[in-house]
Amino acid sequence: MSKKSNSKIYWNKLKNWPLLLPVIALILVMAVNIIHDAAIGENPLSFFMISLRNTTTSGTILYGRIIDIINRGSEVAILAIGMTLVVSASAGTDISVGSVMSLCASFMCMMLAGYGVSSTTTLAMPLAIGLLCAVVMGIVCGAFNGTLVAHLKIQPMVATLILYSAARAIGLLLCNDLIVYVRNPSFAYFGAFTGPIPTPIIITAICIIIVSLVLKKTALGMYIQSVGINARASRIAGLNSRLLIFLAYTLCGLFAAIAGIVASSRITSADSNNIGLYLEMDAILSVALGGNSLGGGKFNLAGSIIGAYTIQAITTTLYALGVSTNQAPVFKAIIVILIVVIEAPPFKAFVRKFNASRAAAREV
Amino acid sequence: MKKKLLSTILSVTMAAALLAGCGSSAAAPAETAAPAEEAAPAEEAAPAEEAEVVEDVEEAAEAVEEAAADSGAAGDVITVGFAQVGHESDWRTASTKSCQDVFSAENGYDLSFVDCDNDEAAQKEAVRSFIEQGVDYIIIDPIIATGWDTVLTECEDAGIPVIVIDRTIDDSDKYVSWVGSNFKTEGLAAGEWLKAYAEKQGIKEINALVISGSTGASAQIGRSEGFQEVADREGWTILDEQTGDFTKAGGQEVMESYCKSYEGKFNVVVCQNDNEAFGAMTAMDNAGVAYGPGNDVILISFDACTAGLEDVKAGKISADFECNPLAAPFVEQVIQQLQKGETPEKEVYMEEHWYALPDQIVDFSIDGEAQTMTEVTDDVIAAQY
Repeated sequence: MSKKSNSKIYWNKLKNWPLLLPVIALILVMAVNIIHDAAIGENPLSFFMISLRNTTTSGTILYGRIIDIINRGSEVAILAIGMTLVVSASAGTDISVGSVMSLCASFMCMMLAGYGVSSTTTLAMPLAIGLLCAVVMGIVCGAFNGTLVAHLKIQPMVATLILYSAARAIGLLLCNDLIVYVRNPSFAYFGAFTGPIPTPIIITAICIIIVSLVLKKTALGMYIQSVGINARASRIAGLNSRLLIFLAYTLCGLFAAIAGIVASSRITSADSNNIGLYLEMDAILSVALGGNSLGGGKFNLAGSIIGAYTIQAITTTLYALGVSTNQAPVFKAIIVILIVVIEAPPFKAFVRKFNASRAAAREV
Repeated sequence: MKKKLLSTILSVTMAAALLAGCGSSAAAPAETAAPAEEAAPAEEAAPAEEAEVVEDVEEAAEAVEEAAADSGAAGDVITVGFAQVGHESDWRTASTKSCQDVFSAENGYDLSFVDCDNDEAAQKEAVRSFIEQGVDYIIIDPIIATGWDTVLTECEDAGIPVIVIDRTIDDSDKYVSWVGSNFKTEGLAAGEWLKAYAEKQGIKEINALVISGSTGASAQIGRSEGFQEVADREGWTILDEQTGDFTKAGGQEVMESYCKSYEGKFNVVVCQNDNEAFGAMTAMDNAGVAYGPGNDVILISFDACTAGLEDVKAGKISADFECNPLAAPFVEQVIQQLQKGETPEKEVYMEEHWYALPDQIVDFSIDGEAQTMTEVTDDVIAAQY
């Protein structure tokens, strides 16, 4: 086999790689920084530089914009895992994740500080119990959504709208209408550093690894997809569709709780009004950017995760470019439109047709 | 049958949940209302208004006495209705508490307090219910600046004086007085302090980074304007200004980016509230940037909440400029003036303090008016909201 045909095989393989477009989108966003840095006469790769830095508070830590992206993108990446499962199983979205994040964080901080305490440096109870409370609260919220969608057949958007609007208010009630500060180093750990690596990155990695392993090693992933493609057919084939949809929402709630723990630990407080604000939209967008259909069925978890980091890369890039924050949403919208159009099936079909006609012309 | 019951229960839960959730959209401690413009010339109508007010107060008092007759309340109690924005921040909580403390039964007041959960329609309804109750005075912290003329006309017709606090009303002047902070003065104070402090320290060049509040909030506009004015006059460089949305997470993310974009190029960081300053400190810690008194970077913050003052005391924040949430004592002064038949000022600016440690206390003046700074001590922190 000649070298040329060999590279052609790789090219064809790459063309059919489902993650191709999400990865290209991410690379394009990053490339903007190379152009910008070169244009202002700095090292074109300065955006990608990762170095070790000594600090007085956290010891030696990794430092650089890429680290910022992976670190700051953690919450959305964790939410995107759960959202992918929900979208796949129920062909709907869970718009309550941002509010549930906030509720879990509020509940945890309330337990750790004690009811009605607004600022504390000592924990009222062991950290583990606080974390457990957050996780249980997340699972309960997820199960609530799951019951409404799977058993009562309420449309996902409507079902999750309940907690979308109520969860933050419940959080405020739990916190006695205060922002609860838990200024304790052991609590701050989940938003700080493990050795040189930011802890949120490690937590995200663990979540991704566990979920991928479960999806790979068991048939759960396949079950969820088949329920999403055709719930009735799956039930007739012997799958418990209701249970699977319920499970997807419950897992989504669990991941919202984990994201809430990270977000609240970063700011060592439960800022009920601001934690996870608009993150449900970012999570849904990650799923879409990852090349997944919001109509349910087949899903690609890796795509959603890449989508999540793409969103954060856009934010970090706009900061780096010094785009005035008033205008940032406009730029973000333009970039998102471009990415979504590139990934849209009609556009893909157009490109395929264009390529085919060119190839045909060449052969003639 | 079972299904029907279930769906009924569900819709009731849903409705309840939606109602409960109305307060969830609140923003940062400062305001989405437009900035406080310079004093509206209101003196012209004052004398006539005054007579009317006194008369109407009597009327209203009669109404209240009638209403209070069956509840057995004392006759000379002054009833006050307060329509508060919501409960989105510590600042807001302090504002509410200040009103509840001042207008207490011991002080001879009867306060009807309504928390409007950031719902502007609910707030107008609350004001109408105050009119129906026939209270003596209405205090409003308007959620939005417009759409007030009808409601305030109703108040005027009912003869109830309205006092606006904190945020402003743009499309009506049918209120007696507005009590609030002068955000521009806060910004000017920060600028003038920095000028005096830099001179004392022999710092020649100022390269400032600003983390601003929620864009368009009156606190953001005023503080930016004030600081910018001094910066323009003194020829300082403001390297960048991006918003941290008055939150710790926002301040942290913006500062993280600043540390990379302007590494070693800045010596002043201005955060437009304490929460942003907390975030900026974490980001600078993680970037190995030393800040605070005695270090290269001067950190300036606004709000001066308890936690902010603790950081001033710990030598992290160089100076903190207060935004006073305790409007109630000033409102009470206005009410007392009205009780005596005097005409209060149309705009009442609250007294605010500028906090620092002794080494950072310098003499400066705003528009020729000498300012006194307050030293941060444990007592000061304990007394703060």
